[in-house]
Formats: sequence, C-alpha cells, structure tokens
Amino acid sequence: MNGKHALRNGILWGLGFALMIAALYMVFIYVPTEKHTGIIQRIFYFHVPVAWVSFLAFFITFISSILYLWKRQTKWDAIACASVEVGVIFTTLVLITGPIWAKPVWGIWWTWDARLTTSLVLWLIYIAYLLVRSLATEPAKGARYSAVIGIVGFIDVPIVFLTVNMWRTQHPTTIIFEGGLTTPMLMTLLVCIAAFTVLYVLLVIQSSGLKTMEAEIRRLRIIKAE
Amino acid sequence: MDKDIPTSSTWAVEARGIEKTFGEMRALRGIDLTVSRGECLVIFGPNGAGKTTLLKILSTLIKPSAGSVRLDDIDIRDKPAQIRRRISLVGNQTFLYDNLTVFENLKFYGKMYDVADLEKRIREVVSWVQLESRLHDRAGTLSRGLQQRASFARAVLHDPSILFLDEPDVGLDPHASAMVSEILESINSGSRTVVMTTHNLEQGLELGDSIIILDRGRVIYEASRQELSGADFRQIYNQYTETGR
Amino acid sequence: MNKAFTKIFTIFWKDMLTEFRTREIIISVLVFALLVLVIFSFAFGTGADMTEMTAPGILWVALTFGGIIGLTRTFAVEKENSRLEGLMLCPVDRAVIYWGKLAGSFTFMLAVAVVVTPIFLALFNLPIFLPRLALVIVLALIGFASVGTLFSALAVNTRARDIMLPILFLPVVVPVIVSAVKATVTVLAGAPWGDMLTWLQIMIAFDIIYLVAATLVFEFVVEE
Repeated sequence: MNGKHALRNGILWGLGFALMIAALYMVFIYVPTEKHTGIIQRIFYFHVPVAWVSFLAFFITFISSILYLWKRQTKWDAIACASVEVGVIFTTLVLITGPIWAKPVWGIWWTWDARLTTSLVLWLIYIAYLLVRSLATEPAKGARYSAVIGIVGFIDVPIVFLTVNMWRTQHPTTIIFEGGLTTPMLMTLLVCIAAFTVLYVLLVIQSSGLKTMEAEIRRLRIIKAE
Repeated sequence: MDKDIPTSSTWAVEARGIEKTFGEMRALRGIDLTVSRGECLVIFGPNGAGKTTLLKILSTLIKPSAGSVRLDDIDIRDKPAQIRRRISLVGNQTFLYDNLTVFENLKFYGKMYDVADLEKRIREVVSWVQLESRLHDRAGTLSRGLQQRASFARAVLHDPSILFLDEPDVGLDPHASAMVSEILESINSGSRTVVMTTHNLEQGLELGDSIIILDRGRVIYEASRQELSGADFRQIYNQYTETGR
Repeated sequence: MNKAFTKIFTIFWKDMLTEFRTREIIISVLVFALLVLVIFSFAFGTGADMTEMTAPGILWVALTFGGIIGLTRTFAVEKENSRLEGLMLCPVDRAVIYWGKLAGSFTFMLAVAVVVTPIFLALFNLPIFLPRLALVIVLALIGFASVGTLFSALAVNTRARDIMLPILFLPVVVPVIVSAVKATVTVLAGAPWGDMLTWLQIMIAFDIIYLVAATLVFEFVVEE
C-alpha cells in the first residue's frame, strides 16, 4: 500500500471513529426521547442509516459491475463483490432491526411494507449473487456472472418497491413522527448516516483491497510454480 | 517463428503470445504460431497439454487471457461475425441435436450461416462424407463414427476457409477411423487451411505440412514436413514430451 | 435486421421441432403444473369463499414453478453434446441466440398455460373463457421468459445448476408474480378494466426493462 492510500485510509479511520462516537453520544444522550413511541424509537437512528447503506452498497455494486463488464479490470469486480458482502450484512441488520422496532410500535414482528419487503427481496437476490460466485465452475466465470446479477438485480429495486407499494402499504413515517422530525432528531439522523456511510466505505476499501491482494498472491504463486 | 514476421497477409492463422489461465491453472503460457494459407498444421501433445484450449481460442470460442489471434489477417476481436463465417470447428462433441435428423441438423446450421442454395449444398456435403443413406435418420441413432461424419458435413457446409479439428478420430473404431482419414485427406484440398490436434502420429505426419508439439501449455518442438523426413518422429515425440515434463 | 429475425426463427424452430419429437419439456412441465394445482387446492380448500382469495395464487404458483422446470431445460439441452459451442460458432450476434431461446421458452410456457388455465378455471367453477386473463398470462410469461432465459444460460455453467435457476429467478420476478396474481384477482372478480390497469402497466414495464437488459448482458453469460 502506498503513502497516498495510507493517508486516505488514516483520515477515513479517524473520521469514522469520530463520527461513530458522536453518533453514539447523540443517539443515547443528546436526542430527546420521542413522545409517542418511547425509547424504542431510538433504533430508528440505527435502522435508517443501515438501510441507506445497504441500498448504497447495491448501487455501488451495480455501477462497479457495469464497469467490470466494460473494462474487465479486476478491481471493479473486487469492489462489486466487497460491496455486496457489506450490503448483505447491512440488509440482514435492516431485516433484524425492522421487526425489533415494529413489534412494540405496531404489535407485529413483520409487515409487508414496501421498504421492508424490498429489503427482503434484495437480500434474497444478493444471497444468490454470492452463491453464484462460490458455485461458478471457475473464478473468471463467477466474476462475470455475478456482475450480470449485480446489474439485473439492481434494476429490479424500483420495480419491486413500486409493486409492493401498490400491493400493500403501511406508512411508518407518519405513524412514528406525528410531530414531524424535530431538529435534534434530524441532526442525530444525519450524523448517524454519515457515520455508517464512512464505515461502509472503509469496509469496502479493506475488503476489496484484500480481494485484490488475494488475486495478486494467486498470480504470483502461479508464476512461482513455473 | 518470431523472426521475420511478414506484414503481408500470407498467414491464414497467426497467433501471438496466447496465454490462458483458468483459476490457478495456466493452460497456455505464451503460444506463437502461424499457418500459411492452404497448409495443414498438426498439433501433437499429451493429454492436458492445452491442445483443445488452444483450438477453442483460435476458433473464437474462448477469449485468451493475453495475446492476439488473426485469422485471414483479421483480428478475431474486431469482427467476430465475419471471422466465424470463415471458420469451422470439429470437436470431440458433434454439436448435433440427437432428436433431429441429419438433414434437419444440417439445415439448421446451414440457415445459421446463410448458406445459399442450402438443399443442394447439403446433398453435396453428405455425398462427400458418404452419408446419403442415413440422411433422414435421427442423429442420435447413428453410431459414433457416422455421427462424426455428419459432424464433418456440418463443419464444411458453409465452405470455411479455415478448419479446426480437435482429435477428429478419437473414440472411433478402426473402420470409422479409416473413413475419417479419407475425409481428412480430401478436406485440406484447394486453399483451405487446416489446424488439427491428434494423438495419431502416423496420420498427423501424413497430413501435416508442419508440426508442433505442445506440452504443458508451451510449444516445445516445431518442424516442417521436410525437416522431419527420414527422422523417427515417435522417438522425437517421446524425447520432447519426456524432457518437457 | 431481417436476417437476424430469420435466425431467431431458425433457433426457435429447431427447439420446436426437437420438442415436437420428444415432448419432453411440455409434458413434464404440464404434469408438474397440474400436480401443483391439485396439491395446493387440497392444502387451501376449494370453498366458494376461498376461491376468490386463494385461486389466483394457486394458478400462479403452478405456472411459476412449472415455468422454472421448463426454463431449466432451455440451456441444459444446449449444454449436452456441446451444442452451445456449435451455436456460439455461428456468425450471429449473441443477442440472436438469446431471442431464439427466449421465443422457445415463452412458447413452451404458453402451451402449458393454455392447458393448465382452463383446467384450473373448471376446478374452481369459474367461467372458462376469459380473454383478459389471457392478456395477463401473456404479459407475465414474457417477463418469466426474459429473466428465465438469461438465468438458465447462467445456471448451466455453475455447480448445483438445478437449484441455481430458481434461487436466481424467483426473487427477481417478484414484481411479475405479485402483479399477475393481483390482475387475476380483478379478472376473476369481474372488476372493471381500470382496476387491473396498474398491474398490467407494471408487467409491461418489467417485460420491456428485462428484455432490453438481458439482451445487453446475455453475451457476458455465454462467452468463455
């Protein structure tokens, strides 16, 4: 890793750490408890940023997949795959925190709300993405196939969202924020979103860097075996 | 082979620095080869030497990890459709549909290649491989030898200028193999270029204008027919594939 | 363009001819779809009050799962005897191969639907002749075939190829399944056209988007 990368990563780590501490402080101490739903509403500051990051992750995969098929550079494949891995973990967190929030508020674990259902469908699509990668008959094919899934899977997002919205709709925002989003709440949310976005960027940089290195090691090992 | 590369289009097949890696396996490690128009190149080599991979790369089926291929002086990356119209491949598999008759199979492939006056052309190629009597039998009911002949008929249907043959007589009984030899002798006629892999040393020496031995993804020996005349090729083959190990 | 169309038809006709000889795909898909229909009817009951709610779901589960069985075969056939290599050697754009195989898959699924749907309607004592339902079926099956043909080509090159197709296919076609079921509900309830318009629009949008996207990415799935 060269100096430029080290400096960039150092800044990102510092920024991420500061933002996370700030986020924790704001969520647990600074922001007032929401009147109607009580303490459980604080999960919102975790749930929303995590959901945002998972969509961002799959969007980055979509772009990187197009770039990979176009340019055929390993780094785009590494970024696409790393982003899916982070995205799947974050989507899993969305699917866990959603019901934790829903149970005390609506009295039910699961609701076929458009956002939650879209997350579920996305989770299934990207699990398939990772499966295809591991079950492809050779790594180059796995990279190409998963890029195809990264593209056709992502263009499904708006269609799924629209369809589920038409199919069955519950509006969590209006139920939770009868008084609207107050300034401290908004500030906390924004800091949390920033913190998780930086975390996402760091994870993708680490994971894709690792993948690139693994590919390099494989290449060197082949040369050495000559 | 690297010296005196002519810039004119005398080569029907020209491959430079072909490499192919499957995962951690390097199937081909820098292959350079050229075949003049109308000549026959025979590729020998033990199993796993990369012969089939090389033919698939030359015939546009697999993209090489590195290197370039020019067929009839056209880079195969530039105009794949134009290239594919000029080439053909007879592989270990026949590409035939078992539940269609030989005629229907040929008609299908002929249409895919826009062969003009197709029915007449089908009669021509079928009589060439002597398959007239089985023309309307389903391909799946034919013996391996007859299927291979049908596969030859399929391959020359669009009159390709370059023909790739991947072990065309593998798995055939002596009689069927003799039939294939006959076909092979007439296939190289005129200006058609042939690139063929085989384990059959005698046949390969007879047909080949030049010969290469491939081992573990490299060309380890190459010679023209003149250079080989009188030499004991079996001894050369054993010696080179041994030292290549 | 005209030439491309001829070749699409050539591939399509080759599949029809093969299928006509063996009836391997249509018969197996048909029997499977009918079994799903019957089993689900047992599972949910067929009381008059249930019909309206569950019947459309049962029809679409049968057509979806039957469709997967057929789609699995689409490229498995080409993989045998390395026929896909023969196709890839042909001087045609890879999109032509996609459309040829797509036309075949769609026709097989449609043929199965043409038999299964009247049987379904009869089993639930519904009117047999429903032109609006035919429209819903055609739109949904185009969506299935567009995604399914792409993923079928992808799945044959993976280990566990039989399970890979449904795992890939089902989440992506969720919008089609939801829309088809909802549109079928409105048809069976005899609701006016306006009620099903949204669902038809979603399916049309899905079909167009996926036909275009799959045409563009298909070559990356079949190339080596």
